[in-house]
Amino acid sequence: MPLAPAIETHELRKVFGDNAAVKSLTLQIQQGEVFGFLGPNGAGKTTSIKMLVGLIAPTSGKASLLGAPLGDLATRACIGFLPEHFRFQDWLTAREFLVLHGNLYGMDRSRLNTRIDQLLERVGLSGFRDKALVTFSKGMLQRIGLAQALLNSPGLVFLDEPTSGLDPVGRILVRDIIRELRKEGTCVFLNSHLLSEIEVTCDRVAFISHGEVIKLLDLAALDTGQITVTLRVAGLTVETASGLSPWAEAIHLEDNCLTLTAHSEEALPEINRFLVNHGVAVYEIAPKHVSLEELFIETVGKEGGL
Amino acid sequence: MNPIFILARMTFVQAIRRKIVLTGLVLGLCFLVIFSIGFHMINTSSIGVVPGGAGEGVQNIINTEKSSGIFLAGLYAVTFLGIAMAALLGADTLAGEINSGTIQVIVTKPIRRSDVVFGKWLGFAGLLGMYLLLLMGGTTLSILLQSGYVAPHLAAGLVLIYLESLLIMTLAMLFSSRFSALATGGVVFGLYGLAFIGGWIEQIGAVLNSPTAVQVGILTSLIVPSESLWRRAAFEMQSPLSGLLGISPFGATSVPSLLMVGYAVVYLLAVLALTVRVFQKRDL
Repeated sequence: MPLAPAIETHELRKVFGDNAAVKSLTLQIQQGEVFGFLGPNGAGKTTSIKMLVGLIAPTSGKASLLGAPLGDLATRACIGFLPEHFRFQDWLTAREFLVLHGNLYGMDRSRLNTRIDQLLERVGLSGFRDKALVTFSKGMLQRIGLAQALLNSPGLVFLDEPTSGLDPVGRILVRDIIRELRKEGTCVFLNSHLLSEIEVTCDRVAFISHGEVIKLLDLAALDTGQITVTLRVAGLTVETASGLSPWAEAIHLEDNCLTLTAHSEEALPEINRFLVNHGVAVYEIAPKHVSLEELFIETVGKEGGL
Repeated sequence: MNPIFILARMTFVQAIRRKIVLTGLVLGLCFLVIFSIGFHMINTSSIGVVPGGAGEGVQNIINTEKSSGIFLAGLYAVTFLGIAMAALLGADTLAGEINSGTIQVIVTKPIRRSDVVFGKWLGFAGLLGMYLLLLMGGTTLSILLQSGYVAPHLAAGLVLIYLESLLIMTLAMLFSSRFSALATGGVVFGLYGLAFIGGWIEQIGAVLNSPTAVQVGILTSLIVPSESLWRRAAFEMQSPLSGLLGISPFGATSVPSLLMVGYAVVYLLAVLALTVRVFQKRDL
């Protein structure tokens, strides 16, 4: 029997007053997938997550998580959630906080204790287990929140802007944890507007705007091995540049700036050698990612969510 | 472990960590000390001592009335403190957690929203019970030790006062599940005030023989039955003679019936059920 999709929604809609925060969300996300949910501010990302985890009731439409309809309590035991505004019971210590939430998950004591030790270690808070959360920095709270979301070893975890309060070290930590989750077969639904983060962790991405999916992108398929580079050169003519066609395409020269898309990374030394042999001085070769950012701007438009 | 008990325990720990328990304890003890000193001064003064001496029986009756009056006055203050505590605890709980967002990681666990309401309710009921036990027990003990007086139907009276504070706490939770803590506080104290005024209208109406005034009082008691619980408690605990002395806020002239007490219990349960329903429907 094939696995039920981790998340399946059909024309899910949420209206606040006369404003449709989510117009019509139709998605299917498989188990084990790391799925990025991208969109400008106010696109309905958080509202969508809140509908899926049961914080707000959809106005209409259908959705299921791990094959069960929304709100199913047994399914909730297999789901983790880190909210966007991570505010927790700050009068508890880190350990007490995790014990409380483990108890609410209905976890038995020995499994919970092992899991708490593992997770505190993993998020780098082992030394703070008996410190009250009220003394925690924003980044530490986000880390403990992440530990909370993974307590029950969920099959599906929702992370709403999991790196918003983190420094670069914390961001790398989150990225690594997401990769580990993928290896373990956990489906991750990642809500973010940090495109670089989505780019390196996600299998698929949905662009949403005004509460609708406007583009679905398979990031694995996007990676064709081609690489776009910009070269800063002197003494290059258009004729010489056109001689690069065996290794590259989309060759474009403007002043001293040459842009081209190499067929592979191995082509780069060849291109360099060709240019040097033709008396061209090469000052810089900089790879330029066909970035999600450009795609994002292209898809969503420059005005963003305003 | 049942999620209701997990959350009730959390509510308890929160009250301890947030120094609510300590504050209640210190202020409660202050109240008891002042009350005891006050009673000591009245008890040993010449107030109520019949000049020229009276029969032992008459003097005993006067002493009993003195103790009974002060006891009810003390409990009246305790009731108000209990109600203030109940309103504050109930007003902040759901509204505060919804506002801060801490509720989000609780209600998305494999528990029902009703578990959250019942768990918090149970935790607060325990806290209020302890608080009132300290204050009412202390008041009773202070009078007992100084004058040997124990009010009649003490247990029934104390249970009614506890019920009144639970009623206010539950009302506060209802409004807190929909409105901000501040708005909730305003509404709940407003309703308490309405019941208070209604109670007075009923008492005065009873003395002046005005059935209309009594009916207005009963009507407000139906809207918020808190004050009628106090008056029933005062009626239970007053000395038989006190009822004849006329009206005072510490006694009861027009006595709410047991039917009204039953109504208050049903009212409380209905408000609790409504709280669950409102909280279930609420987008968080």
